Amino acid sequence: MSIESIIQKTVSHWMQASGRLNDVVISSRIRLARNLEGYPFPLELSESQALELINQVKEAVAKAPDGPFEYVSLSEISPLERHVLVEKHLVSPQYVENPMGRGVAINDDQSISIMVNEEDHLRIQCFLPGFNLEEAWDCAAKVDDLLEASLDIAFDEKIGFLTACPTNVGTGLRASAMVHLPALVMTNQVNRVLGSLPQLGLTVRGLFGEGSDAMGNLFQISNQVTLGKTEEDILANLSAVTSQIVDKEREARQSLSEGAKEQLEDRVWRAYGLLTNARLIPGQEALKLLSDVRLGADLGFISNLELEVFNELIVSTGPAHLQYFAGQEINSMARAGQRAILIRSRLINADREEQRC
Amino acid sequence: MYCEECKRKPATVHVTKIIDGKKHESHLCATCAQKDQMDVGVQPSFAIPNFLAALFNLNPEIAAPFVPDNADDTCKKCGVSFNKITQTGRLGCNQCYQEFSDRLEPLLRRIHGSGQHLGKVPQRRGGLIRQKHEISQLRVNLQQFVAREEFEQAAVIRDEIRKLEQGLEG
Repeated sequence: MSIESIIQKTVSHWMQASGRLNDVVISSRIRLARNLEGYPFPLELSESQALELINQVKEAVAKAPDGPFEYVSLSEISPLERHVLVEKHLVSPQYVENPMGRGVAINDDQSISIMVNEEDHLRIQCFLPGFNLEEAWDCAAKVDDLLEASLDIAFDEKIGFLTACPTNVGTGLRASAMVHLPALVMTNQVNRVLGSLPQLGLTVRGLFGEGSDAMGNLFQISNQVTLGKTEEDILANLSAVTSQIVDKEREARQSLSEGAKEQLEDRVWRAYGLLTNARLIPGQEALKLLSDVRLGADLGFISNLELEVFNELIVSTGPAHLQYFAGQEINSMARAGQRAILIRSRLINADREEQRC
Repeated sequence: MYCEECKRKPATVHVTKIIDGKKHESHLCATCAQKDQMDVGVQPSFAIPNFLAALFNLNPEIAAPFVPDNADDTCKKCGVSFNKITQTGRLGCNQCYQEFSDRLEPLLRRIHGSGQHLGKVPQRRGGLIRQKHEISQLRVNLQQFVAREEFEQAAVIRDEIRKLEQGLEG
């Protein structure tokens, strides 16, 4: 596996439309922040220390029983390739701004990534489809154990795992559920439903985490507090709240499809019509229309579409993906053209009935 | 009062921001406030560090901003000053937690509502800590047996505790 094959593999494990409650919960993610003893945190790390640390991590990762991790050094790949990794959610947007002394280990189905020298020395991430926080936690904890077996992890008896930012100290755990809430947005309930989350120790972010907007009606709900609670408590709290949000979204979908079925169907089919016919589609519009069509598929208005195609298109219509596959940097107008071609072909291919003919 | 942005709708949202230690107040209508929030959301620099710097500076006992670095107020291990930490919102190394514990402890409690880790303990390096947890759990059991006057079981547990404690000392 190489950077090329990582990028060529456009369907990561989390994009499969499987897992519980996958009509609303797109994916579940666990992130663990860990640091090594004997090195300053990444912000204060010298280049030689950074490289030394990377070598230690590479050796530790090589012992993984579950299998092969590909290590990608950020300074050895192009800026475009780095942004493709961001769009695939394998690394964070802030991470690629400064590629020196940084690298990421990625497993075969792209469900696990280990960022080295991000804000912390290690950021372990496990990403699964649907509502599956427990399994994602098991997965991350296993990787954590594996690394801890050969690396000296900074830990304090009183305040737990030590992190560069005090907001992550303790468990170092950030658990997130990515939810698709078109009906709550349409019925203007989303602010009310999500507005109460801070009081429950949870935060809401956009598609790409910290500082990003909620595009395509996609929201990331995660825990804020990392100290003073067990991992199980943190997950239980997030799970309970997420299930309630799923219920609210389903209720809103139900009442929309009862009270305003015609308008809703019209909206879904208009979106489908645009996506399968338009020749230029800007990124924001694509996410908005894909959200409408996905809702239509979830409600059964459009019955013959494979759901995977939505998760895949959200990622593969990103500007970095389009330019990578175009083989060159292209401007936003040309991207809108490429995006339209990609969406058209994928939606028509994903139409199972048409395949049968 | 009318919204400062559009000057048409009544101001219903009152925002106080602390930027570089200076307080900015704005009074907006709901629509403009939402827009304002989105603007803020685009800059990743706003997120945690500044929020953290603001948290540090909330408390007047904690170092005020723009104090010149002095040698006593730096981490002995990595050399990062507490002043720099309040600016960046990031600590320099794991030793900083001990060096500045007097100021970090109240901060941690303010962020997390707690200052005591209850979660996972590292397997290999946390052996000692896990034993201590185990001993304190055994002590609780011992109390219960004593309270119920089940002295035989209590004696077994007492021996177990002794064995573990000897292990810790050795």
